[in-house]
Amino acid sequence: MMDYLYYPGCSMEGSGRSYRESLAGICEPLGIALHEIDDWNCCGATEYVSLSTTPAYAMIARNLALAAGEKKDGESLVAACSACYLNLAKADHYMGTQPSLNTRVNDALGAGGLHYDPGTVKVRHLLEVILNDVGLDKVTAAVKKPLTGLKVAPYLGCMVPRPDLDGAYTNHEQPNDLDRLLRALGAEVVDYPLKTECCGGHMTQVAPKLGLELIRRLVAEAERREAVMMVTVCPMCQINIDAYQGEMNAMFHTHHKMPIVFFTQLMGVAFGLEPKQVGVGREYTNASKALARALKAAPEQTLVAAGAGTVAHRPRPDKRALPMPRMADSEVEE
Amino acid sequence: MVVAQVSPPEVADAGARFLAEVTSKTAGVSRLEMCIQCGSCGGSCPSASAMDHTPRAIFALIRAGKRDEVLRSNTPWMCLSCYHCVVRCPQEIEITDVMYTLKVMAEESHTYPNNVGPDFTGVFIGQARRFGRSWEIGLTARHYLRHFIPRLPGITPMAFGLFRHGRIGILPHRIRERKQLQAILRRADELERAR
Repeated sequence: MMDYLYYPGCSMEGSGRSYRESLAGICEPLGIALHEIDDWNCCGATEYVSLSTTPAYAMIARNLALAAGEKKDGESLVAACSACYLNLAKADHYMGTQPSLNTRVNDALGAGGLHYDPGTVKVRHLLEVILNDVGLDKVTAAVKKPLTGLKVAPYLGCMVPRPDLDGAYTNHEQPNDLDRLLRALGAEVVDYPLKTECCGGHMTQVAPKLGLELIRRLVAEAERREAVMMVTVCPMCQINIDAYQGEMNAMFHTHHKMPIVFFTQLMGVAFGLEPKQVGVGREYTNASKALARALKAAPEQTLVAAGAGTVAHRPRPDKRALPMPRMADSEVEE
Repeated sequence: MVVAQVSPPEVADAGARFLAEVTSKTAGVSRLEMCIQCGSCGGSCPSASAMDHTPRAIFALIRAGKRDEVLRSNTPWMCLSCYHCVVRCPQEIEITDVMYTLKVMAEESHTYPNNVGPDFTGVFIGQARRFGRSWEIGLTARHYLRHFIPRLPGITPMAFGLFRHGRIGILPHRIRERKQLQAILRRADELERAR
């Protein structure tokens, strides 16, 4: 078992409940244990840091201080929500690089009897932990019901690959991290170039015309690529695309019906858990039917290795085509 | 013949002062003075079409000392925090953080273009400070009643749907050590005012 400190974030207790439920279900098969920080508080989302400095960072840093106090060995602090992840990582980063901010934040924390030395806790996102610490081999080995035939659009959103303060991502705009994970589950991952475009964040609340247009783009593109559902790593993206699709359809006179689920939900289903157990069915735009259809069509089988998701060799052109050089270790069917 | 226009000293001074003020209020190192006006930011911005000025134009206005125009612009309020501009900026300017600073300054001078954004953020912050957690339904219900009455017929079935699916709690979650959190925040407020 690998141990991690865990910061759930407010959404996981409300609108992003299925994220929490599915995450709870996949920890054991993945061999990880998440230890929730006791009495954690809201990170302020993108709201507080955008309208304040010292108080906003002090509010985030309270969580870092609590995490540092609970830390036993070299555990990292894992967050599943993109905004929470970025806020925690950013507070740690800025406290480490801006001495004046560090002084002010620690002065404030002192008023509550807390202290935090930047760098004490390593903040990481769940997806990165699964890919790098657990590894795709272990993920593949845990797959009992491969999601064969389930066409999904991998949607990462903004704040996991960007601004990437730790340099965990080689590509900030077209990373293939989520693609690789979903392929390891046996799903068919469509090419989705909008994978790190913004869902609009709070614009559905503040500037609906803009917010809904951003959602429309994402949904329309997923549909054009023939995905039956989108897969996300962020509760904000999930609720925007899931719940505001109706309002979006009304505004643009469209008829999109694109379900969006958390990657952990698909992992749970592939690991053999009941869809309901991992929160499938809690979406406003229902994903159960599309999922059931794919699972029904899928033959019972286990995947061989992490490479199971790689593209099969294309059949060679027929004899009438121009002669082509043969490959030495040809696996090509004649 | 094109003659290079040199700003008169008072404009340059006002620009330098405003730039220094924005820079000093930004959480990280803004690097705003490094802007080469290439426009990568505006070209990368998903909400540029809804903005009064693109980020590049805002930076030019800051340098020109056009304080009022900058702080009345809707540009920072349209920022999505998607960091697309930040990873593309060849000068590594912390554009998102600069937008945050401009929001703070606009709120201080009450020059924001409309109060929908500031109000939403303000209520969110107030609830998070009070409970230690955000309160989704309390925030959105108040917000729609105050700013988007016409959207209610479209939104209400969705809210009920989410409620039925167990995704909305009625009462706010509260943390245990609210007094501790509030003591921290009060001290942070004092420090922020003294900056």
